[in-house]
Amino acid sequence: MTRQTRFENAALTCITVLAGLIWIFPLYWAFVTSLRTESRVVSDQAGLLPDEVNTSSYVDALFNTSLMDWYINSIGTSVIITVVVLLTGMMCAYALSQMEFPGRKALYLIVLASFMVPAQALVVPQFVLMNDLGLINRWGGIILPQLVVPVVIIVYKQFFDAVPKEMKEAVVLDGGGDYTLLFKVFLPLNWGITTALGIITFIMSWNAFLWPFLVVTTEDMMTIPVGITQVNDSFGVAYARIMSVALLAAAPVVIAYLIFQKRVTEAVMISSGVKG
Amino acid sequence: MAMIRNRSRHRLVALSLILPFVAIFALVFAYPVVEVVRMSFTNAPLIGGGEWVGFANFERLFSDRLFYTSLKNNGYFVLLTVVPTTALALVIALAISRLSGRMQALAMVLFFTPYVLPVSVVTQIWSWMLDFQFGVLQPAIEAVTGKRVPVFKNPFWVMPSVAVVTIWWTNGFNVLLFIAGLRNIPEELYEAAKLDGATRGQLFLRVTWPLLWPVTALVLTLQLILQLKIFDQIYLLSEGGPFNSSYVLLLMVYREAFQLNNGGYAAAISLVLFLLIVVISILQFQVLRIGGKK
Repeated sequence: MTRQTRFENAALTCITVLAGLIWIFPLYWAFVTSLRTESRVVSDQAGLLPDEVNTSSYVDALFNTSLMDWYINSIGTSVIITVVVLLTGMMCAYALSQMEFPGRKALYLIVLASFMVPAQALVVPQFVLMNDLGLINRWGGIILPQLVVPVVIIVYKQFFDAVPKEMKEAVVLDGGGDYTLLFKVFLPLNWGITTALGIITFIMSWNAFLWPFLVVTTEDMMTIPVGITQVNDSFGVAYARIMSVALLAAAPVVIAYLIFQKRVTEAVMISSGVKG
Repeated sequence: MAMIRNRSRHRLVALSLILPFVAIFALVFAYPVVEVVRMSFTNAPLIGGGEWVGFANFERLFSDRLFYTSLKNNGYFVLLTVVPTTALALVIALAISRLSGRMQALAMVLFFTPYVLPVSVVTQIWSWMLDFQFGVLQPAIEAVTGKRVPVFKNPFWVMPSVAVVTIWWTNGFNVLLFIAGLRNIPEELYEAAKLDGATRGQLFLRVTWPLLWPVTALVLTLQLILQLKIFDQIYLLSEGGPFNSSYVLLLMVYREAFQLNNGGYAAAISLVLFLLIVVISILQFQVLRIGGKK
């Protein structure tokens, strides 16, 4: 490597990382704000650097709001959504990929077409349906409409199509049926894609706003993204507390992302089809 | 005989595998699709029956000034976000892909983290940063315009501001797609071109850009569809105001259905939005495909 290119690379690295630090500034600023007292937050002397470690707004956020309820609702609904979406998706994809049955092509076309339908355009009839089923303000109501994620089937099918025929034969000779094949051969072979799809589905449902916002009206049934918008109203303009609540709300996904960085990155790439 | 029994058994197994998905799909997706069409021809309130009114909802919609305002704002928001975020993501991805090891991982984390935040966390942080009195960004705005601006309460600033927030929030996703696309370009192509004496500009125009085009087209398409469905950020930051200057179609659906109790009318708006998205995404897909062939 010549001296010039080495210098260029160093300069590029500096500029890019600096730009990245500026990019993340809003999160940094939220954090600095959350550690200040309310009076300091709005005072002229408050500079850009952290100058106080005051955790009282975090304590406030944890004990004087329904944050704990919202956590439980968010975790519960997101986990159920992720498990059901993966399970129903892989079963359906297996049948589409490996089995012959009437209507197979039609079903796959419907799955592909539903990919184009914006779920937001269905909120009115979905709300009516949830009301008829008595699921307003219930986990069931939050969960049900989020269970249709066609991309999971599309991705699973691609991966199942690529499984070599020989992998099946041993199991079939042993008298194993399709369920054995799916759960003992196809699933273990595709753990990578399963985690990837799981992560994407989980983040999507954890961050879902519009639907939970419509189907839940009581504070104790809200999910995190909907619940924290209530804090403004009850606190008035109290930015340290609002930022504490926002950061506590964001913490689980951010921490999970930082731990599983590579997996998340891969998951995004695979599920959008740019990397097979 | 055994063959036939085997085949019907095979079909039964297949049926049992697809049934869970198909049942859920039929209930919460297919049925609502049919319902949204049916409701759009009735004067139904949100909850409860309603009567068939033919095309009355659509006649009303096409003479509703708010509909055209919303449509215009949806278009304006698309202009403000789709191409800018795609271009920005491409630049960032090109820079990141040239970094090595740890620095690359660090840069990716810095640019991607906002994407995993819930939308309301994003809007609260930005509301605070742009707060009229105490916002940390107000001095910068003051430096440019000469005065502080309550951006989400100003008809001129509201859409660009929501666009900035949206790009900050979602750009990391596009960066990732571009990075994946760049990784798929074989290194040998660059080496061969370099041997032929290609300059850096030529390398980008002749190798990177054409080979990256499918990903660019994908990002543009995903962005266009996503931004047409804008609701969350606008509802949380400006509620469609001031003076409807940030009113968009989904906000109209929300207000008609859930605040004014006009289920039928809201269904009609949903249906128009639905058709708009389908038509535009098909059109864009075709246009981009032709663009890629040239």
